[in-house]
Amino acid sequence: MIELKHVSKTFDSGTAGGVDALKDVSLTIADGDIYGIIGMSGAGKSTLVRCINLLERPTSGEVVVNGQRLDTMTPAQLRAARREITMIFQHFNLLMQRTCLKNVCFPMELVGVKKAEAEKRAHELLELVGLPDKADAYPAQLSGGQQQRVAIARALATDPKVLLCDEATSALDPNTTRQILELIRDINKKLGITVVVITHQMSVVKEICSHVAILDGGVVAESGLVGTVFAAPKSAAGRRLVFPGGADAQVYDPAEERLVRLVFKDSKTTSIPMVARLAAEEGIRCNVISASTQRLSETVYGSMMLGIPSSQYQRAIDFIHNVGNVQVEEVDAHVQ
Amino acid sequence: MYSNLFSAQSVQDLLNVLPSLPYAIWETFYMTVLSTALALVLGLPLGVLLVVGEKGGVLPLPGWLLQVLNVIINLLRSIPFLILMIMVFPLSRLLIGTAVGTTATIVPLVVAAFPFVARLVESSLREVDGNIIEAAQSMGATPMQIICKVMIPESVPSLIQNATIALTTILGYSAMSGIIGGGGLGKIAIDYGYYRYKYLVMLVAVVLLILLVQLFQSVGTWLSRRSDKRLKN
Repeated sequence: MIELKHVSKTFDSGTAGGVDALKDVSLTIADGDIYGIIGMSGAGKSTLVRCINLLERPTSGEVVVNGQRLDTMTPAQLRAARREITMIFQHFNLLMQRTCLKNVCFPMELVGVKKAEAEKRAHELLELVGLPDKADAYPAQLSGGQQQRVAIARALATDPKVLLCDEATSALDPNTTRQILELIRDINKKLGITVVVITHQMSVVKEICSHVAILDGGVVAESGLVGTVFAAPKSAAGRRLVFPGGADAQVYDPAEERLVRLVFKDSKTTSIPMVARLAAEEGIRCNVISASTQRLSETVYGSMMLGIPSSQYQRAIDFIHNVGNVQVEEVDAHVQ
Repeated sequence: MYSNLFSAQSVQDLLNVLPSLPYAIWETFYMTVLSTALALVLGLPLGVLLVVGEKGGVLPLPGWLLQVLNVIINLLRSIPFLILMIMVFPLSRLLIGTAVGTTATIVPLVVAAFPFVARLVESSLREVDGNIIEAAQSMGATPMQIICKVMIPESVPSLIQNATIALTTILGYSAMSGIIGGGGLGKIAIDYGYYRYKYLVMLVAVVLLILLVQLFQSVGTWLSRRSDKRLKN
């Protein structure tokens, strides 16, 4: 389990006060989870993930991983703890002058594992990530996706409990991204490793995460199950992420209509012909502004934005509530 | 001064000197390579300290210590080599027993070259991607492991390039040492060209120096390329 308790980080910027990268962030990540931390650039994601393995030392707050408090450890204790919390990076960060095999051996070399033993394990790990034939290749001879696979093998070499992924797929094309995410999910399932995924891409979180925290301006705007958060984001930052653009608001007339968002969970409710029933049973003719269906982890969510004539608004809302399992909320056009 | 370059007398002088050239080449080679090696022994750790010791580095040193190291390096690098040679006479006598001769010249060469080498090492190590160092830290590497297993191995191609630059610079210095009794091609060029106006001999010595520089540079570049695994195939 990873627990961040009231973690704040201020960087000295030379000017008075400094820059607050993180402000009182508290998060709990359960064992075996794939936990996404999403936010725009500059939201503090990278700083946050570096606080988990103390590459960045929090200005205040506590970091507890697997019951051990990291922020009070001596450098030697911290180095030992880091073997259980490994990390992969956006630019892979492989040693360019070593072969792939030697790269995977590197963390084992650091703790004095015998060469023959380390190489045997490295071969197994390269097999696991699907690159058994690249042992003697140098990183420069590999594609980005292959380099990230080697980095994953390297991260697994010390049998970690936690894998931190810092924008691990941001430098990869969509196809390769999907393959790397699949590999990460496989590893999470097979080895039971807790995975923390830092990303600015919604698609990455949707693809593999069970939980998500939305980070905005150094603060956790909201967090929870991916389905719950993405289906009906409550914070402004969440809405900006999930419903980017805001063009929807321009296609309705605020004088005549009120805007609501409906969220349908699972396939049963997504198949309800809501607009037709409103028209047929209540005689309310709404204006469909946008609608979409998306799969988040294992569940299907539908989301629809309707413009409802202001005079019939309350009746429509009551009707929708009666259908059940459909969430409805009014949307302020300016916030979306 | 070059009007009688190819007169019968000049050619005769050159022929007289020819037999001593192979030994002079050897002396120059020996002085240069040994001095560079010793300068590396001193300059490499110093260069490493300059990089890892700074604030936010892998092994931060007290600010004053870093300041002192920088001042020493800059000081030694600002003294013209000709003057430095004379200033280190006592040190040469202490270490070698004499201040004259090829072996004794190695002392001022090393004193002049190691601060230069330290700066070259510094610039090579700074080329190492900070993200790779961060990755090593995230795996629990100690500062010593980061220096020996990451920073130095990752910058080998650049270090070889810079060692080559040091080698050719020291070759130039070694030629200058002919003035104070150092041996080699420099001594021949100065003795014959400057003191006895035998310019043809001087020119031949200079051409040999140029060939040595070419040789060092080509070997260095080849080694650097060969060692760099970032270049595909």
